[in-house]
Amino acid sequence: MQNSDNTHGNERRDFIKLTVLGAAAAACGSAICSCGNKEEAGKKVKLLSPDGKLVEVDSKHLRPVHKTVGVSTEEARLGIPGRKFVMVIDLAKCSNARKCVSACQKMHHLPEEKEWLQVKLMMDNPESAPYWFPKTCFHCDNPPCVKVCPVDATFKRQDGLVLIDSDRCIGCKFCMAACPYSTRVFNWSEPDLPEDIAGLCYSPETSVPSQVGTVEKCDFCPDMVRAGELPDCVTACPNGVFYFGDENEDVVSNGEETVRFSQLIKDKAGYRFMEDLGTQPRVWYLPPNDRLFPVERGLDDLPDNIKDRFNDVM
Amino acid sequence: MKASISASERLKYFAPQIEKTSLSTKVWIVILLMFIAAGGVALYQQIAIGHVVTGMRDNVIWGLYIANFIFFIGISYAGAILSGVLYVFKVPWRRPIVRIAGLVTIAAGLIGPVFILLCIGRFDRMHHLFLYPRLQSPITWDVMAICTYLVGAVLYLYLTLIRDFSLYSDADFLNIPNWKRKLYKTLSLGYKGTGVQKKQLKSATRLLAIVMIPLVVIISSVLSWIFGMTLRPGWHSSIFGPYFVIASILTGVGVIIIIMWTFRRLYNLKEYLTDKHFTYMGFIMLVLAAGYGYFSFSEYLTGWYGSEKWDSEVLSKLFNTNEYGWWFLFSNIFAIVLPILVVALPKLRKPGPIAFSALLMVFAMWVKRYLIVVPTLETPLLPVQDTRMEYVHYAATWQEWALTFAGIATFLLIFIISSKLVTIVPTSDYIDDEKA
Ligand code: SF4
Ligand code: SF4
Repeated sequence: MQNSDNTHGNERRDFIKLTVLGAAAAACGSAICSCGNKEEAGKKVKLLSPDGKLVEVDSKHLRPVHKTVGVSTEEARLGIPGRKFVMVIDLAKCSNARKCVSACQKMHHLPEEKEWLQVKLMMDNPESAPYWFPKTCFHCDNPPCVKVCPVDATFKRQDGLVLIDSDRCIGCKFCMAACPYSTRVFNWSEPDLPEDIAGLCYSPETSVPSQVGTVEKCDFCPDMVRAGELPDCVTACPNGVFYFGDENEDVVSNGEETVRFSQLIKDKAGYRFMEDLGTQPRVWYLPPNDRLFPVERGLDDLPDNIKDRFNDVM
Repeated sequence: MKASISASERLKYFAPQIEKTSLSTKVWIVILLMFIAAGGVALYQQIAIGHVVTGMRDNVIWGLYIANFIFFIGISYAGAILSGVLYVFKVPWRRPIVRIAGLVTIAAGLIGPVFILLCIGRFDRMHHLFLYPRLQSPITWDVMAICTYLVGAVLYLYLTLIRDFSLYSDADFLNIPNWKRKLYKTLSLGYKGTGVQKKQLKSATRLLAIVMIPLVVIISSVLSWIFGMTLRPGWHSSIFGPYFVIASILTGVGVIIIIMWTFRRLYNLKEYLTDKHFTYMGFIMLVLAAGYGYFSFSEYLTGWYGSEKWDSEVLSKLFNTNEYGWWFLFSNIFAIVLPILVVALPKLRKPGPIAFSALLMVFAMWVKRYLIVVPTLETPLLPVQDTRMEYVHYAATWQEWALTFAGIATFLLIFIISSKLVTIVPTSDYIDDEKA
């Protein structure tokens, strides 16, 4: 990631601020008209397209917000060539600040009660101390959810991500039954979205907008990754719990430090959650040794309805 | 000529059944239609407002509907396999039962899949199943299996009806409206009972009957694999295939017994549906209940004895009387012990008690379906840690109940209507007998 940043210099930075609408136009016909803002035409901006080419785009096709339109569905099914995304979650650093949860909700336009990213309070056995356990989708390499989908609406890409095409999903919820980690959520009613978000074209890479009667889940923010940025949860965490990166390059970063993935797993005895299920998660955990915070800290400042979730454990 | 005289005499005996509809039947039809209308209202709400009107939420993603799906589809399979086996092995007492079994197959086979559709978030995208089918998915297996099965079952029933249709349309003495006679004529496809026709019909029926038997075993298993293929405690079990096959057939046999009893009273068929028939069906029920009991016992014993964490968690809900304990007990006693006792004791081996125990057994088997679906879904591998009660415990809403009752009402209605179109005892089947 470091390398590509240097090569593309300024254009890359432009891209971070702006999202290319043009690239998605192929996927959803009138995207530009329906989704674009009313800015004056004329000004040309140089941008990096999702497939790595430098393109010039009219500024009226650009939108100064993060995550509005992703790549086309066809492209989103393939994935980013040569990549193999991984995440490492350091349980020793988690204080249940829940900033990851709210950042994820904000960026994906989710209501407060819908959590793609959950922080559970785990207690492995009666003797051990409880610890906070942030849980994303594990983007399993042997994903039970993908196996059971009857219409290929949820799929595994070459870069390791498991994504959902909500335009194709029939809402059978079989993937929810199959996922052993309770990762997926269902839209039981019409999602309450602002008009401009609801009018967006869906891309499996943005997972926005939510659609009634379909399933959704954590997507590892591939649109951010394409833009050379870290997923929202990673940057939002004040404690640097999440490390995101590329297994092929063997680097992961939590935004502050960039480390070798394999070394980190080796040194800190990284493990995958419920390895024995054979799902081969792409998310690794570092055990909660030498914790930075006492577990009770996680209960401070929590609203009651969230605090009550943990009554059974504490 | 003795044969045809005798056939028409028999038909005269059954005639009132298709000639007129009594007031009480009409009242029944209206009541059933009211239930179906209530289901319609519920369905409208579910479509207009969303699945949020149901009790299903992110943990318990399937509820009553899928329990009903397994229940009805299972009954249907039982009808098919029973009529298939009775036909293929030329069981001498089969005649008055095969038509009921065939009608059960179709009625339940049409209603079952509707319940799975009710679980699906996007009705409007059902064509995706055919546009983008993925062979790896047990749902795709199920779609293929159920479609094949329904086509087979409809064909099979139709083949067994052709001779009757031709008989009805030729019977001048039948006091039926013209449209009905025309309908029979069309449906009989010009069958006149010539030697060739007879032979062809017979071999076609036999072939389909043979095909239906393995087909039922396959689809019953495929149905169970929707559950068995997931990594969930209480579902992920290799016993699920045969377990579902035997549970389905047991339930269906119960339903057939109940219907036999009802029609025997309703249409005065004591001469045809004799006590002997109830005894035989009772014995089938006994054997199946014993087999089912054996499977249940092995399933729960291994889970309980092995006491792996997740298995134990589900089992503790089934054994705990504050949760599902009473229902679990009820379902085992009434689905396994009761039918065995009633049939085993000669004193109780009479149509009335057999039919009554069948009724309780069928209800207990429905409860069992619920207990297979819901407690497992309420026990995910990760702690739920949610304060929204509806996400922790499943409770069906009135909409789900309304649609459930609408399903049962439709089943009964299909039966009432069919009994106005065809005789419950296949009249023409007796012709061969007289000739022999
Ligand atoms: S965690 Fe669940 S939803 Fe995510 S890839 Fe694995 S099985 Fe699928
Ligand atoms: S709910 Fe959607 S994504 Fe999940 S298995 Fe069904 S069709 Fe596939």
